[in-house]
Order: sequence, then structure tokens, then C-alpha cells
Amino acid sequence: MSLSELWFLLIAVLFVGFFFLEGFDFGVGMSTGLIAKSDRERRTLINSIGPFWDGNEVWLITAGGAMFAAFPHWYATLFSGFYLPLVVVLLALIGRGVAFEFRSKMKQQRWRKTWDIIIVVSSSLLPFLFGVVFATLMKGLPIDGEMQMRAGFLDIVNPYTVVGGLSVTLLCLVHGLLFASLRTVGDLRERAMNTAQQLMLPLAAILAVYAVMTYFMTDVFAVRGWALWIMVVLGAASLGLAAYFVRHKREGWAFGMTGAVIAIAFASVFIGLFPRVMVSSFGSAFDLTVYNAASGAYSLKVMTIVACTLLPFVLGYQIWSYYIFRKRLNEQHHLEY
Amino acid sequence: MDPIMLSRIQYALTTIFHFFFVPLSIGLVLLVAIMETLYVVKGKEIYKTMAKFWGKLFLINFAVGVVTGILQEFQFGMNWSEYSRFVGDVFGAPLAVEALLAFFMESTFIGLWIFGWDRLSKKVHLACIWLVFVGTFLSALWILAANSFMQHPVGFEINNGRAEMNDFLALLTNGQLLVEFPHTIFGALMTGAFVVTGISAYKLMKKQDVEIFRKSFNIAIIIGLVSSFGVAFSGHFQSQYLVETQPMKMAASEGTWTTTEDPAPWTVVASIDPDKQENSGEIKIPGLLSYLSYSKFSGSVKGMKELNAEYQQTYGPGDYIPPVRTTFWSFRIMIAAGGLMIVLALYGTLLAIRKKLEVAGKWFMRLMVLAISLPFIANTSGWIMTEVGRQPWTVFGYMTTEASVSPNVSAGQILFSTIAFTAAYTVLGIVMVYLFVREIKAGPHAVEKPEEHDESADPFGMDGGYSVVTK
Repeated sequence: MSLSELWFLLIAVLFVGFFFLEGFDFGVGMSTGLIAKSDRERRTLINSIGPFWDGNEVWLITAGGAMFAAFPHWYATLFSGFYLPLVVVLLALIGRGVAFEFRSKMKQQRWRKTWDIIIVVSSSLLPFLFGVVFATLMKGLPIDGEMQMRAGFLDIVNPYTVVGGLSVTLLCLVHGLLFASLRTVGDLRERAMNTAQQLMLPLAAILAVYAVMTYFMTDVFAVRGWALWIMVVLGAASLGLAAYFVRHKREGWAFGMTGAVIAIAFASVFIGLFPRVMVSSFGSAFDLTVYNAASGAYSLKVMTIVACTLLPFVLGYQIWSYYIFRKRLNEQHHLEY
Repeated sequence: MDPIMLSRIQYALTTIFHFFFVPLSIGLVLLVAIMETLYVVKGKEIYKTMAKFWGKLFLINFAVGVVTGILQEFQFGMNWSEYSRFVGDVFGAPLAVEALLAFFMESTFIGLWIFGWDRLSKKVHLACIWLVFVGTFLSALWILAANSFMQHPVGFEINNGRAEMNDFLALLTNGQLLVEFPHTIFGALMTGAFVVTGISAYKLMKKQDVEIFRKSFNIAIIIGLVSSFGVAFSGHFQSQYLVETQPMKMAASEGTWTTTEDPAPWTVVASIDPDKQENSGEIKIPGLLSYLSYSKFSGSVKGMKELNAEYQQTYGPGDYIPPVRTTFWSFRIMIAAGGLMIVLALYGTLLAIRKKLEVAGKWFMRLMVLAISLPFIANTSGWIMTEVGRQPWTVFGYMTTEASVSPNVSAGQILFSTIAFTAAYTVLGIVMVYLFVREIKAGPHAVEKPEEHDESADPFGMDGGYSVVTK
């Protein structure tokens, strides 16, 4: 494996990690508008991701930084090409980040409501937009010989990408509901679990539709036939198991399984793309690949050494922080503080 | 307007806004860490109360710093894609390392700190806030390594029309970084110090929580004193380095059109006419510019006209003179603000040592409250001088700003995003200042009255971080 291939893998891992982790906090953010009946319950839900969401978001920032360093052309083409969607992504990330911090600073109804709405809207909008962007990556985009992407509205927003966006949103929502049920007790836990159960069928349906559309509207199955079929089978099996565990109220296993579905879905995107990083709709001669978009060998080598040194520590303390906050949030005990 | 101008405006606005919060975060978290250390070492509750109160302000500020930082990373690709293509190989690496080494650390340990007050032992909890400080420190180091490359490119070669890294260590031992990093860090510590002394002075004037705010003032004024001298000395070295590596920036910040006599005088104020390329109404101090440039009272300094001719020889035809007025005045504003802070820190320390803070007279306390604005003025004008003074280059000597923009993004799109971000930032700024003032007025002992639905379990809430976790 060449170093640029390794960095493609690493960036894929960072994105998969980002969607697995931030996926549940997106879902919990959405669920505050769905299953919480009182301010207290909303707060419990937000607290359940309180210590984690910021760290989860760094997975995205690191993925962006790694892309910049390892594949400057990918970073430049992608970020300038998706200009307007990214403006919305940034506004949503900004709003969401400060909403968590600001909402509780005052008790006034209007204040709370405003930030709560921002949390729900941004938590839904972000997975949707990411879904749209990743779907376009598979479908292909107008990238010219100068590696410039000049996409029109319909290149980005079309039935295929919208279904992709909705799939990711719904997947994150279910994933988040299961996380919430893992970290709460009583009524809230029940409601989170029940809602997740109700959403299982729609989720399976939309993911199936998306898989079929991907088969017909992209070339990823043609390029990576058997590998993607394995992913589809694994994904379907994980989803089935998730449904099974949800029905039997085993939220830990169910959460693990929706996480697996997310990981498999995004891994499939990167498997389907490889060795391309961006598919040009003008023909494969214009594709950006891990070879023509990459940094020089020296830079990649240095970064590999740095990443291999640091990653164990990062993973270590992140896991430790999840371990520290492993216990359920109990509403009954709120008044003690 | 053209895309280049709009991209520049957007970059300036978002970066200046972001850089209100970053130095304050670095400065405040150090003070919070010191206070919590005193709590753990001395065991006195008062230090815990202090750490929690200033910690609340830190958290509000930190949140805004983080979210505006994401935009900083994205906008290189969005607005400056040609720049990203050209230098990604070199410039991207420090950004990636920053995320991996610093951001993960900050975000994880800040979460543990906020929510971990009674889940972690005292010492482990203390270690968390120190790790957050280390994280912010490392973050500054790597981002400045990237910035230093733009000022003084090292450790690379040009291959296939792109800059490719060939010496990573050179990036980290870049002379520019070695002068820029201490200057920026001292500036950040000074920012935290002056915000804390200013707020403490206000509370002392009002005679609220006197014990807490006297202690806070005393700790912060020492940091303020040390860092204000640190800023001055590191700034001196930085400008000397500038004379060697970016003489044009130095000449512009001095308003020096033609090569000076020897020894060179320092221009205090002047009316600059960039069209005629001359100044009028100058007030000069003899010999001082030589001293600032070479640490001796001799030696002349090259003027912009000569440098421009030299640059045209090296880089081809063009105008290599940056916006002179902006560079000149931002330099002077920075120095004036810095000088004022040294005086205030000296006097404040004197009062603190003599334990005469409360009899100091209201004028000094009021001055300290006003002085909260000084580090922000100094930080901002310092960066304006650095970045505007580098124009027309993004990477000095290698890539111009004009060549750096995204060719596939229209002026309309940039205008839209600039308006959107400016609106969002304005709201953020207003909300943040409002919340800051509110927390300050409420003071360190503010506890929300329990309602029928007690909500004090919120870790972001008024009690500032008691965990609600139980078995």
C-alpha cells in the first residue's frame, strides 16, 4: 500500500468515526424536539451528549485537516465546489455549538426556545447536508481538466442525493435515540426506545431505496462489485440485528448495530470511490484520484509518523472520557444538586 | 465587487473576530488552572469558587472560539482554493497536526473538566484543566507554524508548480515562528490577565466579593506584568527579524519611502500619502529606528521605493508595496496599547504588593476597567500589521493573494457568505457580551433560585458544572 492510499484509508476512518460518533449526537439533538416533553427532559438529553459532542466534532475537523495536508487538490476542489452547501454547514455548526453552551444561561422561555430550535434544526440539517454531499461524491460532479468543480444546483440537489441526505438523517436519528436510551432512565428511556422501534421500518425502507438507486445511478457496484455486495449484506444484517435488539430492549447492542450500519454505509462510500476521491461526470480522465490529488511523498511520510504516534493517545483519552461518563443520567436525582 | 476583494474582506472579518476569542481563551484558562491549583494545594474553598467563576467566563468564550475556528479551517478550501492547492503539502500538515494534537485534547478534557467536578478526583480534575491549557498552547504553536510559513517560507521546494515539503523540522524551527510564537502567547496571557484585572477592579469598586476579586486581581496582575514585558521584548526581536526577512513590511510599518539616513530616526506620527509616495507632518525620534532594527544606534533602513525596485528585479513587474497607512497605523496602535498596558501592570503590581488596592482611588480602578479593551486592540492591530503588511503576498515571495482565490466561486457567492457570516458573528458577539456582563453582575456566588422544576443539574447552567450523574 502506498502512503497516499494509506492516507485515503485514514481519512475514510476519520469520516466513519465522525459519523459514528457525531451521528449519535446529531440524533440526540434531533430527538430533543421529538421525544422530550419538558425543559428538564430536553436538558437531560443534551446532558447525555454534553461531555462528548465537542470531541466528536473534532473528528470532522481532523478529517478536513488531513484532507488539506494529504490531498490538497481534493480539499481545494471539494471545498470550493460545494461553496454554498458548506456555508450552510458552517452556519449550522456554529449555531449548534453555541446553542449547547448558551441555552441554559437564562431561564426565559423565548431564550430557551430559540436555542432549542437551533439545536433541532442544525442537528437535522447537518446530517442531511453531509448525506447530500457524500451522495454527489459517488454520483459524480462536473470537474474539469483544471480540477475545478463547477456544479449547478441540480448537480448537488437531485432525487438521488436527497434520498442520500434523508437516509443519513434518519440513520443518525435512530442511532441518537438509542444512545439516549442508553444514557437515561425511566420514561425518557422508554420513549427513546419506542420511537427508535417505530422508525426501524422507515429506516430500512429508505436505506433499501438508496442502495437500489446507488446500484442504478452510480458506477460503484460496477467498479467494486463483490466488495460492495458484501457491504450491502453486512449492512442489512446489522440493521436486522439492530431491529431485533430494539424489540428486545437491549439498547446497548442495538446502539452498536446502528453504529455498525453507519460505519458500513460510509465505508462503502469510500470503497466505492477508491482509488478516486472525486468522480468527474465529464469522464474518468478528469477524476481526482488518490494519486493525482495527493501531497508529496515526504509530506505524507512525516504525517504518517505523526499520526501513528498521536492516534493511540487520542483514542486512549477519548475512550477514557466515555468510561468516566458511562453511567446513566437519572432525572430523579436532579434535585439533589 | 470582485471576488478577490470580497474574499479578503471575509478573511479579515472572520479572522479578526476569531482572534478576539482565542487569546482570551488561552489567557483565561491559564488563570483558571492556577486558581484550581491553589485550591488543590491549599485546600481553600475560595480558590474553587474563583476557578468556577472565571471558568464560566472561559467556557462562554471558548465555545465561540471553537465554532469560529471551524470556519477558519474550511475557508482556505472555500475561498482560497488555489492557495490550498499550491501549499497544501506544507501548510496543511501543521493544520492536521493541530487538530490531532491540540483540538482533540482541548475538547475531550474540557468536557471532562465541565462535567467531571465530582466524578474525578481533585488531582485528576486539576490535570484536566492543565491539559486544556496545554492544548490551547499547542494549538497556537501549530497554527503559528503555518502562519510563519506564509511570512517566511522554509522547508520546501517547488515541484510541478506546487510547494512540497522537504524539511518538516525547518517548519518548526522557522526563525519567524521563534519570534512570532512567544509574542503571540505573551499577548494571549496579557489578554486573559487584563480581562481578569479589569473585571476584578470593577467588582472591587462595587465592593462585591472583595476577597475573591482581590485575590483574582493579584494573581492576574502578576501574569499581566510578566506577559506585558514579554510581549515588548519578543516584539522587539520580531521586528528585528522582520528587517531581515520582510524589509518591505517593516518599511511600510515605519512609513519609510526612501532609504533613511544613518542612524535612522523613528517616526512617531506622520501623514502618509501613498499616491505621491511621501509623508508630511512627521514627528521623529533620532536614532530610534536603527536601535529597533539592529539594537544599536547606527545603520540605515531601506525604504519602500528601493525595495519595490529590488522586488521588481526579483519577482517581475508589479507593485509590491502593501497598504502603507494601514500597516503604519496598526503598528503604532499596537505599540501604544502595549506601552499603556506595561505602565498599568507596573502600577497595579505595586498597589497589589503594598496591599493598597482598595485605597487606590477610583481613577485607577476605572482605568483598569477601560483597559480591558487594550489587549484586544493590540492583538487585532498586531495581526492587521502582520497580514496586511505581507501583501501582495500570501506566501511571501511565492504566491500573491490575487493568485490564491478560488476561480470557480463567484463574487455573488462570496458576498452571500460574507453577509451570512457577518450576521451570524454579530449575533454571536452581542449574545456573548450580554452573557459575559450577566455572569459578571451575578458574581461568583450566584445560584439560581430553585423552581418547582429545579434545573440546576445543567452542567452549562448557573452552578457551572455539577454533574447530574448518579448510579
